[in-house]
Amino acid sequence: MRIFTTSLAVALLMSATAALAAKDTIVIGMQDEPPVLDPTQNAAAAIDVIFSVNVYESLVRIGEDGTVKPGLATSWTIGEDGKAYTFKLPKGVVFDNGEKLTSENVKWSFERAGSATSTNPTKRHFANIAAIETPDPETVILRLKAPSSLFLSYMASGGAAIFDPKSADNNKTTPVGTGPYKFKQWVKGDRVVLEKSPTYRDPSKAQIKQATFKFVPDAAAQVPALLAGDIDAFPTVGATETLDRFKADSRFQVVIGSTEGEVPLILNNNKKPFDDIRVRRAANHAIERKSIIDGATSGYGLPIGSHFPPHHPWYVDLTNRYPHDIAKAKELLKEAGYPNGVDVTIKPPPFAYARRSAEIVSAQLMEAGFRVKIEPVEWAQWLDVVYKQKNYDMTVVAHVSPWDQDNYTRGKDYYYGYQNPEMDALMKAVLAESNEAKQKDLYGQIQRKIADEAVHAFMFQLPRTGVYAAKLRGIWKNSPVSVTDLAGLSWVD
Amino acid sequence: MTRDGLLMRCLRQRNFIIGAILVGVVLSAALLSYFWTPHSPSRINVPGRLAPASATHWFGTDHFGRDVFSMILVGSRNSIAVGLVAVTIGVLTGVALGLLASAKRGWVEDLVMRMADFTFAFPAILSAILITAILGPGTFNSILAIGIFNIPVFARITRGAANAILARDFILAARAAGKGHIRITLEHVLPNISNVLIVQATINFALAILAEAGLSYLGLGTQPPNPSWGRMLNESQTFLFRAPMLAIYPGAAIMIAVLGLNLLGDGLRDALDPRLSRSR
Repeated sequence: MRIFTTSLAVALLMSATAALAAKDTIVIGMQDEPPVLDPTQNAAAAIDVIFSVNVYESLVRIGEDGTVKPGLATSWTIGEDGKAYTFKLPKGVVFDNGEKLTSENVKWSFERAGSATSTNPTKRHFANIAAIETPDPETVILRLKAPSSLFLSYMASGGAAIFDPKSADNNKTTPVGTGPYKFKQWVKGDRVVLEKSPTYRDPSKAQIKQATFKFVPDAAAQVPALLAGDIDAFPTVGATETLDRFKADSRFQVVIGSTEGEVPLILNNNKKPFDDIRVRRAANHAIERKSIIDGATSGYGLPIGSHFPPHHPWYVDLTNRYPHDIAKAKELLKEAGYPNGVDVTIKPPPFAYARRSAEIVSAQLMEAGFRVKIEPVEWAQWLDVVYKQKNYDMTVVAHVSPWDQDNYTRGKDYYYGYQNPEMDALMKAVLAESNEAKQKDLYGQIQRKIADEAVHAFMFQLPRTGVYAAKLRGIWKNSPVSVTDLAGLSWVD
Repeated sequence: MTRDGLLMRCLRQRNFIIGAILVGVVLSAALLSYFWTPHSPSRINVPGRLAPASATHWFGTDHFGRDVFSMILVGSRNSIAVGLVAVTIGVLTGVALGLLASAKRGWVEDLVMRMADFTFAFPAILSAILITAILGPGTFNSILAIGIFNIPVFARITRGAANAILARDFILAARAAGKGHIRITLEHVLPNISNVLIVQATINFALAILAEAGLSYLGLGTQPPNPSWGRMLNESQTFLFRAPMLAIYPGAAIMIAVLGLNLLGDGLRDALDPRLSRSR
């Protein structure tokens, strides 16, 4: 018994001293694990959530307010004709493997991203680059074929990260970058660990010394992990019904914000029956958003009628484009040649918002005559079967990238399977446009076009439902881009 | 000592009576669900979600506003169907393999038993997870997975019991009378080991229901919108603090079914085993 009490006292003492020292590590919970760790090889947003800004750096980055901020480049100028971008790089930047960064790295990275054999998910963004010049090690000039209003935003993406040629091929498993954090460990199926980089150009920047990203796909397991203190921050809690409980607990802060994640009921436009606009419109008339939002996000999501975030000033409310009308949906199905209904499957990935909205939306579609079979898939399966092989009828997933309306111009190569010359023309026009009023007008037309064509049945904008330890500071309320700004985080006593 | 009828002997067992009542409740719920449920178990009505028990919704509604009582009723059908088919697969294949092993002996017996050992070495739920992970989730695949796990159980028990029977004198007599392997197995061995098999099947039925609930809980069993007790348990987890009854109803349903079948199995064993009844 004495041994027990002594060890108990020692344990208490140890935990007391541990509590006195300011905390300098953090465990961040995530629902999805990245399939690889290289954003230039895979489109999974989870890669950017962990590595962009922290380990890999692009020339510029998107700030919390959604505007373009300096990244690796300290400054930039855009030529009069909008076709020449000159970026200035800081001196003394080294990669985690000790290699020095020069303008040649930018040239090499972008040529790699845009090459014919490139598998970069943002490859199309580099097609507009006509030439890359490197007049000196700290200057890089990108010459474009045509002006592009989104080019600078594109340069902020993980796909435009600047790599070191010697380590680039291994970045899939052992990331090497220039950011304030360096990669330490990846335990597959469990966690990725980053630690403060000793070679970062501004040593005072990061306060958190070690960050662990822990993967907890099961919404029911996320809650006890937070309650037990195993996880300090969970920016996207799946079981939104538990948020009230966290709000009432002084150990936590609940931060609800917006994301760029439009969540449509995605329809495969390149496959029967959704290759027929009447069937797609029937699906649009069949869905009822309030129930989906309440049931899948506890009411936190905002309804959308097209592919555009509702918090943006250019948003056009198209939620009434297809009023909830079962009779109309049945009529459209009949017109399309399915008087007795039609068999379709839905393949939702394992995220709570996706699985739940899939279940509710399936029940709604059934009322209109669709015979829906739910086939839940794991995330890796989703990326392979749905996203890559395009073998699906319907699915549900959040599209978290900003300015991703160009997905509607990617034709049959993209898993939407949607192709329309008018849409291509609109997208081309908006990219070439530098006048903001005209851009707004064109984006309005794009939103209407997506809704008119009923490419998908748009449901809601994914809310950012974050639960954080009460003493954590520097949290992003909204996520205009899928990154975790570790260098901005700190603990208070 | 008089030899009573089987029924009378069973009815003398308290376990059997309690078990039979509990199983009867589950069976009638399953049968009832074919003809009538208060509401459609898959009808989603989000505005009316998490309603407490009332005259319209006897067990309240779940997080999508579905009627929990109807889901429990239809879920019982699902559990019984999966258990029944899985155990049938196990009995038919396992008994055939066990009889073959004991009739042929030699390398056939070795092969069958080593295969049974191999399958048996994996914990039941683990092998079921393995199989559904390969074949994909769904009711059919979970039946198959649970059925496959049942095969070695019945193969082993059949072989053991059959070997004991084959060593008896009346088998020698039958053999002397010119009966072959097949006739001896079917006419003498099988009827003499049927009691053991019935008891084992009842108990494995309970295990199969538990395994189905486990698989569905893990998302590998019955898929939505078909209700399943296991998935109801899973879905109720995050609502534990707001609507604890959502977890208690399917939990109690699983308990009643498993307890009932176990008690029934115990009662049957006691009733069918003359040695046990004599020792009491």
